Amino acid sequence: MKLNQLSVFLENKPGRLSEPCKVLADAGVNILTISLADTEQFGILRLIVPDWQKAKNALEKAQCVVNVTEVVAVEVEDKPGGLQNVLQVMEQAQLNIEYMYAFTFRRENKAIIVFRFEDPDTAVKLLQQKALKILSSEEVCQRVEG
Amino acid sequence: MTTFAFENRIWEQDETLSREQLSKLQLERLKQTLEQVANVPFYKKVLAENKLSPDSIKSLDDLRRIPFTNKEDLRQHYPLGFMAVPREQISRIHGSSGTTGKPTFVAYTVGDRERWANLCARFLVAGGLRSNHLVHIAFGFGLFTGGFGLHFGVEKVGAGILPAAAGNTPRQIMLLQDLAAEVLICTPSYSLQIAEVARAQGIDPAQLPLKFGHFGGEPWTEDMRLEIERELGIMAFNNYGLSEVIGPGVSGECVARCGMHIQEDHFIVECINPDTLEPVQQGEQGELVFTSLTKEAMPVLRYRTRDIATLDYSPCPCGRTGVRMSRVVGRTDDMLIIRGVNVFPSQVEEALLRVEGTAPHYLIEVDRPGTLDEVKVHVEIRPQDFSDKMSQMQALRDRIDREIHSVTGIRMKVELVEPQSLERSFGKAQRVIDHRNDK
Ligand SMILES: [Zn+2]
Repeated sequence: MKLNQLSVFLENKPGRLSEPCKVLADAGVNILTISLADTEQFGILRLIVPDWQKAKNALEKAQCVVNVTEVVAVEVEDKPGGLQNVLQVMEQAQLNIEYMYAFTFRRENKAIIVFRFEDPDTAVKLLQQKALKILSSEEVCQRVEG
Repeated sequence: MTTFAFENRIWEQDETLSREQLSKLQLERLKQTLEQVANVPFYKKVLAENKLSPDSIKSLDDLRRIPFTNKEDLRQHYPLGFMAVPREQISRIHGSSGTTGKPTFVAYTVGDRERWANLCARFLVAGGLRSNHLVHIAFGFGLFTGGFGLHFGVEKVGAGILPAAAGNTPRQIMLLQDLAAEVLICTPSYSLQIAEVARAQGIDPAQLPLKFGHFGGEPWTEDMRLEIERELGIMAFNNYGLSEVIGPGVSGECVARCGMHIQEDHFIVECINPDTLEPVQQGEQGELVFTSLTKEAMPVLRYRTRDIATLDYSPCPCGRTGVRMSRVVGRTDDMLIIRGVNVFPSQVEEALLRVEGTAPHYLIEVDRPGTLDEVKVHVEIRPQDFSDKMSQMQALRDRIDREIHSVTGIRMKVELVEPQSLERSFGKAQRVIDHRNDK
């Protein structure tokens, strides 16, 4: 029930964001969601794609530095307090969140939030106990691509 | 570390001449050298232009009336324009590989070879070599002075030699295991290569029979010494030389290992400021300049090595009286002066080595936007160091930042860049871009 997220190192130069995106477009890889963590010096681009292995190969072939990390996608109600409920569960379970970001697509009043935990396996177990909806890779694709 | 006992033994009494005796001998030999160089058209002209003759040299201070000799002078007299003896008296020719094109040739008479072997024997014995040892030499045997220079030095001491030469590391490891040499001679970086390959083969390099090693032929750091000693379980001794002066044998460490004794009865050393060409204050960093005193085939006067080091004239517990030079900390070719401080790219490399284990590619960019110098270091990130966590990446950057500051004393702006993004020309990476020169 975990997703493989790709992270790409971006150095501080013009056009740095479009480069990996173009590589993926040329390789025919659809980007489900994208998030950028940025500093003055460098950035980290995080991506969820349907076929992470194919995307990774294409990026590496283009000399990008890529790594793969396991993240957890949780479905939340797209209404006031929807995210708050989920975060409360995590706080109570004392799950340490490294970072999180939301999917850009929303359907049927649901939103998808991606969490990066220090220990994703424990997190998945705990969240399932709390009856939170954790999405598989296929489910994420279905919901985003329709 | 090894349990091998290192006792101090002195090969020749001339290594312990009093400073007074030494000066007297140097003056006498300097006069002889001036006579000898008169056979070289280049020097004959230099001496005439400066009204110098053996008789005009009254004290060692008069040395400073002689102009410097540069590498470029040797190049312009390719191939053998600096010979002071007829061709038929040449017994051996070596050469240093230039980064561009043709080597610089150096030559030896029979007498030169004999003295050279003796100089190598001196520092080898100072650093523990005895006649009952077997020495594994993994230097190239060719134009390079390292292989043959050390070979005949070891032979002079009477120790056994395994001329393994360079390359084919797995075979080197087999020889080290099967023949059980006690001593390793090679470049410091190659000794680490041997350790690494041994490890990859499942052999603990510290379990090889080696007890100590003499390393030279390239600049290295104290950190590297610790690594070599830890990895191979040996004592590592440093030695220095350059082919234009003679090759290995110019200086080497004794068991006290507090600098390399320069063999001053054969070479006069000066330490100068490379910009003003004036001598530096005692103990300060400067460029080493050597004058040979006993060479027949190719004597050199005030040869500028472009190597930066310090000199220590304090007495050494071993009893040798030759001044001790520090490690070569850099080359004048790539020395940068940043806000008045001397900085070498090799120092940045050392800092990166401390953070990451192996030094990645880097580029130092210097600029002076206002009145102050600013330095940016671009460091190629290695895939294994990349993390999706911002905190980890910033920690890596901060660590590099701190190490560079601690090694150089200068704050540099560290910029992480993509692998393969820094330009490489002819396989050799450009290390410095100085925009201050554009203005
Ligand atoms: Zn000593």
